[in-house]
Amino acid sequence: MVRLVNGIFNRLVIVIPFGWLLIFFLVPFVIVLRISMSQTAIAMPPYTPVFDIATGWEGLKDFLSQLSLDNFLYLTQDSLYLKAYISSVTIAFFSTLLTLLVGYPIAYAMAQAPRTIRPTLLMLVILPFWTSFLIRVYAWIAILKPEGFLNQILLYLGIIHEPLIILNTNTAVYIGIVYSYLPFMVLPLYSALEKLDGTLIEAAEDLGCTRFQAFWKVTFPLSLPGVVAGFLLVFIPATGEFVIPDLLGGSETLMIGKTLWAEFFSNRDWPVSSAVAIVLLLVLVIPIALFQNAQAKAQGE
Amino acid sequence: MKSLGSIRRSFAPWTDPSAKPYISFRNVTKKFGTFVAVDDLSLDIYHREFFALLGASGCGKSTLLRMLAGFEQPTSGEIILDGVNMAGTPPYRRPVNMMFQSYALFPHMTVEKNIAFGLKQDGMPKNEIAERVAQMLKLVKLEKFATRKPHQLSGGQRQRVALARSLAKRPKVLLLDEPLGALDKKLREETQFELMDLQQDLGLTFVIVTHDQEEAMTMADRIAVMSAGKVNQVATPAEIYEAPNSRFVADFIGDVNIFDGLVTSSANGMLDIAVGEGFTIRTPIGNMDVRGAARGFAIRPEKIRVSREVPPDAGINSVKGEMWDIAYLGDMTVYIVKLPNGQTVKASSLNAQRSVENPLGYDEDVWISFDGDAGVLLKD
Ligand SMILES: Nc1ncnc2c1ncn2[C@@H]1O[C@H](COP(=O)(O)OP(=O)(O)OP(=O)(O)O)[C@@H](O)[C@H]1O
Ligand SMILES: [Mg+2]
Repeated sequence: MVRLVNGIFNRLVIVIPFGWLLIFFLVPFVIVLRISMSQTAIAMPPYTPVFDIATGWEGLKDFLSQLSLDNFLYLTQDSLYLKAYISSVTIAFFSTLLTLLVGYPIAYAMAQAPRTIRPTLLMLVILPFWTSFLIRVYAWIAILKPEGFLNQILLYLGIIHEPLIILNTNTAVYIGIVYSYLPFMVLPLYSALEKLDGTLIEAAEDLGCTRFQAFWKVTFPLSLPGVVAGFLLVFIPATGEFVIPDLLGGSETLMIGKTLWAEFFSNRDWPVSSAVAIVLLLVLVIPIALFQNAQAKAQGE
Repeated sequence: MKSLGSIRRSFAPWTDPSAKPYISFRNVTKKFGTFVAVDDLSLDIYHREFFALLGASGCGKSTLLRMLAGFEQPTSGEIILDGVNMAGTPPYRRPVNMMFQSYALFPHMTVEKNIAFGLKQDGMPKNEIAERVAQMLKLVKLEKFATRKPHQLSGGQRQRVALARSLAKRPKVLLLDEPLGALDKKLREETQFELMDLQQDLGLTFVIVTHDQEEAMTMADRIAVMSAGKVNQVATPAEIYEAPNSRFVADFIGDVNIFDGLVTSSANGMLDIAVGEGFTIRTPIGNMDVRGAARGFAIRPEKIRVSREVPPDAGINSVKGEMWDIAYLGDMTVYIVKLPNGQTVKASSLNAQRSVENPLGYDEDVWISFDGDAGVLLKD
């Protein structure tokens, strides 16, 4: 009896997360994929074909025959989409790099801090999450706008004589992304650095490294898993980011999240925006899958 | 000339007052907060010496090594290495390499790369590095594991990599923090002798930390016995064993019987200590004429004889007791004899013959006896 219960329990342990993924990831994905293969229509829902279960087998065949890849073809024809993808990936890449440059010293300092104050520091990193993301991005408008805090301070200090135009430029988008995603970079870096055995650094110093050399030869290579995790955690959501480019970016800021939003809400073109979403997913998933595969192989060696 | 124990090599710069120590700890104290890990310790170690630090866990051995390597700064006092005060010299500029107690192998590098690390850092040419690494791998018998990562090795193999890595640079001083703890007995003994050969061939100074007194006795020219951050005695293994300077050292190294009594008389260079009813120890005075004082007499088990016959001068350096326990260990037999005052005495005798006629048995009345100069008078 106990064994039976255990068997069921063991199976549940596997089934529950898979079920979760199936319901909340795969099903929505299939729905989006299906919409991306439809055509727009002035109807409710705003696309055809619509499958009616009452039509039975014939209806399903008819439904499937009407699905097409036209929307994906359309994406390749208008260079706007390609530009938006490239620009998104570029902005996301460089802002992730900036986040890494800012986040690494923070995580390093946290890992070096006395054990007793580390929980406090960790709390401080997570603290911004307690305020709505949207409100925090709005706050940056107040800071960055021409008559905002930043310009006022710089003017007051005499560093500049005319307000800097930061808001509604790509610079503001970079600032926004680095600020918003910093905790996602710091946390995995911190956990990698904190695990690091201090005697390894001592061993490196003993064998002739200065502190700085020991960092590059030992600390940094050993923190790479944290760097990769942080990079992905920031890069992936940043690529599809909508709120930050919409609120802080300008007209020249081209990001796929904005394009998607425009297709969906302004043009009410669900099928094309679904196709945009699917392609975005592929743009992100394929390189990451390849990368992880390569990494797993390297680990196995 | 008579000397204590046997001598491994004729190397004794510490007996030469004009010899300059290579490493000097001068009144070194190390505190962690209010805890004193090393307490006003002074110690001289000579060039090409194989020096062992022996002591119980937590007595400050690693701390002493870490101060020499530069990872910890003394709270007070100074450390002189080859005539240079090491205060303020960072670890990477000290001519010292350390083998860490926790090995501290770089997990992201192969065995080869670990060993080559220090050589590369020194800018040694590639072919020389390869040669040296191969030589080190051979020394620690890990040729087949050159391309493995540390996590793919057993504990003993890791320990050998750590040893090879610390030796690769041929430092003037090699600090070894319990280098052989994880090795099995056979490999351990082999490595001990290899380390000794290496140290002599390369002319290096070794400071080794160990828990294992046998290991310290085997390898070291001199041993420092430590407890609670202080050095109790620094001497050759033979001196430590045959002439411990305190009850602690006598007890810490090897087996010992300590007879406590009152000094009753001294005459003709001999001292009498009354241990109990009908048991007096008569031993050379040495430099301790202390009539009326309570004194301990320490004697090793192998220096006590056990027999049925009443020894001549019964009662002087001999006493009657009851055979309490007998342990046959193959090479020798250990007897535990209970004295009338309740004290048990351990005596051992070598089994030079394969068979003994009429061996001693349990519960027999036996006499133990020893020579007056076979033990030492303790100061405390
Ligand atoms: N960084 C530190 N902070 C506080 N206390 C320390 C620190 N390092 C060592 N100690 C303390 O100093 C004492 C001596 O430590 P040390 O490591 O030198 O002992 P040891 O003789 O090497 O012991 P073992 O044989 O167990 O390795 C111990 O009581 C230890 O708790
Ligand atoms: Mg130690």
